[in-house]
Amino acid sequence: MSDKKPERREFLFTASYAVGAVGVGAVVWPLIDQMNPDASVKALASTEVDVSTMEPGKTITVLWRGKPVFIKRRTSEEIAEARAVKMEDLKDPQKDEDRAKNPEWLVMVGVCTHLGCVPLNDKGDYNGWFCPCHGSHYDTSGRIRKGPAPTNMEIPKYEFVNSNTIKIG
Amino acid sequence: MSDHEYTPKSKFGKWFNDRLPLLSLASHLTDYPTPKNLNYWWTFGGILTFCLITQIVTGLTLAMHYIAHADMAFESVEHIMRDVNYGWLIRYIHANGASMFFLAVYIHIFRSLFYGSYKSPREIIWILGIIIYLLMMAAAFMGYVLPWGQMSFWGATVITNLFSAIPLVGEGIVNWLWGGYSVDNPTLTRFFTLHYLIPFLILGLVVLHIWALHVPGNNNPVGIDIKKPSKDTVPFHPYIVIKDGFALLMFMIVFAFFVFYTPNILGHADNYIEANPLVTPAHIVPEWYLLPFYAILRSVPDKLLGVIAMLSAILILAALPWLDTSKIRSAVFRPLYKQFYWILVADVLILGYVGAMPAEGLYLLIARVATGYYFIHFLVVLPILGFKEKTMPLPLSITEPVLGGSPMASAVKKKESLN
Amino acid sequence: MNNIFKIIYLIIFIITGTIQVNSAEKIDYLKTDWSFKSLFGKFDRASLQRGYQVYKEVCASCHSMKYVSFRNLSEPGGPEFTEEQVKAIAASYEVNDGPNSEGEMFLRPAKLSDKFVMPYENVKAAQAANGGAYPPDMSVLAKARSGGVDYIYSLLLGYEDAPSDVKLDDGVYYNKFMYGNKIKMAEPITDDLIEYGDGTPATKEQMAKDVTTFLMWAAEPHLESRHKMGFKAILYLIILTVLVYFSMKKIWSRIESEV
Repeated sequence: MSDKKPERREFLFTASYAVGAVGVGAVVWPLIDQMNPDASVKALASTEVDVSTMEPGKTITVLWRGKPVFIKRRTSEEIAEARAVKMEDLKDPQKDEDRAKNPEWLVMVGVCTHLGCVPLNDKGDYNGWFCPCHGSHYDTSGRIRKGPAPTNMEIPKYEFVNSNTIKIG
Repeated sequence: MSDHEYTPKSKFGKWFNDRLPLLSLASHLTDYPTPKNLNYWWTFGGILTFCLITQIVTGLTLAMHYIAHADMAFESVEHIMRDVNYGWLIRYIHANGASMFFLAVYIHIFRSLFYGSYKSPREIIWILGIIIYLLMMAAAFMGYVLPWGQMSFWGATVITNLFSAIPLVGEGIVNWLWGGYSVDNPTLTRFFTLHYLIPFLILGLVVLHIWALHVPGNNNPVGIDIKKPSKDTVPFHPYIVIKDGFALLMFMIVFAFFVFYTPNILGHADNYIEANPLVTPAHIVPEWYLLPFYAILRSVPDKLLGVIAMLSAILILAALPWLDTSKIRSAVFRPLYKQFYWILVADVLILGYVGAMPAEGLYLLIARVATGYYFIHFLVVLPILGFKEKTMPLPLSITEPVLGGSPMASAVKKKESLN
Repeated sequence: MNNIFKIIYLIIFIITGTIQVNSAEKIDYLKTDWSFKSLFGKFDRASLQRGYQVYKEVCASCHSMKYVSFRNLSEPGGPEFTEEQVKAIAASYEVNDGPNSEGEMFLRPAKLSDKFVMPYENVKAAQAANGGAYPPDMSVLAKARSGGVDYIYSLLLGYEDAPSDVKLDDGVYYNKFMYGNKIKMAEPITDDLIEYGDGTPATKEQMAKDVTTFLMWAAEPHLESRHKMGFKAILYLIILTVLVYFSMKKIWSRIESEV
């Protein structure tokens, strides 16, 4: 009898602690999750942009999910320059063909992948973009060529609704 | 405060403890000698701590989404209820949490009244408690204004107008409180600021309340002084911790039932209508926990005297340790006081009931009688009772009545007499 | 243990007392069985979908629902239309957007993320169009009336000819469930006023029940997850309470044996 007792006691206490801990975890999660993007934020997924008036060589910046998106109508020289780059020269190898489905149009999130500043248009050593914060240089395809940024600028999900309108998101 | 010197075992522990005696404090709290005959009415201190922390944590998270602006407050609350992840859960816990907090605090106060916990040497604990209670009412009232519904708006209007009863400067004070000529955006933003601040003041006062408690130690159902530590006490951990934990879980079941199944039943439907300064709701009723004082306010036909009566009803409690002249603490040994105690409980419940009813006819008459009795209890009955009452003999130790009725009692007595 | 029962009785007493006091004015509302009222209650999807149809075709011409978004219609726990259906519903409305690059506001078809389109620009316009009475926003209406869904259901079916001693002005109607019995809304639903998409006969009672169900969902879109979570939470608490109770007995048995 007496040597069995402590065993049951141990089990009872362990079970209480374990069940209690599960409960604490279940209570903490809602308190953490409430800070995640809420349903109304998630729903604001897409922005439509009219690009019918854009000349080749021109860049516009639009707001999507609170971030700037660069839409550039590239000239044929810029396209040729972007396509001519060798993969081994790139820090984050990616073909221009994969970044711009329609070569004339480059659509990308205008946020430097280093620490989130907005790069300046038509600046830098590679005729693309230059980030003034810490000196990252991007080429005409928005790929990182020089400086601290680790990856190319992000391409968002987008599609041409018709020849004049791009839908981002 | 230190019943024994604590020395940490580890070298680092000792080094740290010499510089900041946190470990000594922890040791004091876990070893704190507690009367072992505390019953479940004594678990509400722990429950109230839980309520305060719940309100602070849910309140902080709600404040991340709430917008304190007259044009957006109502909408932001709907945003919390509809879109924020688990927003509905957090808001319902916070809203019902206020009611549960008051439920627990009333039980805590009436426990103290029954067992005479406010008497010497615990007057400071009691007065700190009254201040906490006043701050709770202020916090609850301002919190109720924040959703900017009809009851928020008109509740705020009515309560702030109480100050206009003050002669000469009343009007000026009310405009100062409002930041304008009516309850409006400036009122809302300052109420939000204060509603955010007060819980932390309460937290500080709770620390003092517990500190003051740990000087003389807990009162107990028998109400006699006990030696600490002794055969009559148990260390706070694990004995009281597990008992408080059990009671807290029972309390949480009730709490959860409200949050998940009837989250709006303690609120008022009109508060889901956005504030409209042009239309007053048909019945203005405060939240249930303020009803007795509301009844006292309305039972006095004069504006200024009504406000004074209501404030006195609360402030009179602060003088209670001196109004009650009896040296015996626990009502268990005061047969007459015990009866008056239950009459007071009934009186307060009646006041709460008539506070929710329209102030007319029979209700008004009942309210007046009940208000009168409330003051008579404290100002007349208690002082006289201390001199006139024939109390029962006090036991020498708490073990005697605790085990008095159980079959073990005789065996225990035998054992004690053998010793 | 004796004490804890006393405490529980007291809590129940205070609570039931409060609830009684809160619903002091007892009115005999018309009764119908609501699928969402029990502890495991859920909304009846088909009823919600029909209710939306009633709202859209009858109520929405005067009553706004400004806190509800189109996307909500396809979210779990609601009417659960398919996303395609809701996109089509949304596209049939126009919302004001802008300014565009020329700085002008423009109309575009509504999207899932848009809120329900309001019938009037603002409260004043709504009042002007309705003889001075503002048709209340319906987003939280089911929670904003004492009596809740029972009240709304009864009100919709409570139109009667005024008793001979009651004089009604133009544009005022008699309703036995309205506070003061006088209401500025004409009887909104009559038998076969609309034709249900799913072929359900559109009786007055059916439409009242469907639209009230829809209003309850609009006011409390997370009701189903609340009920589900509540069951789990309370079950969990009961299990932990039992474990802690026996742990407590164990721990205290040390003291009692010492005495």
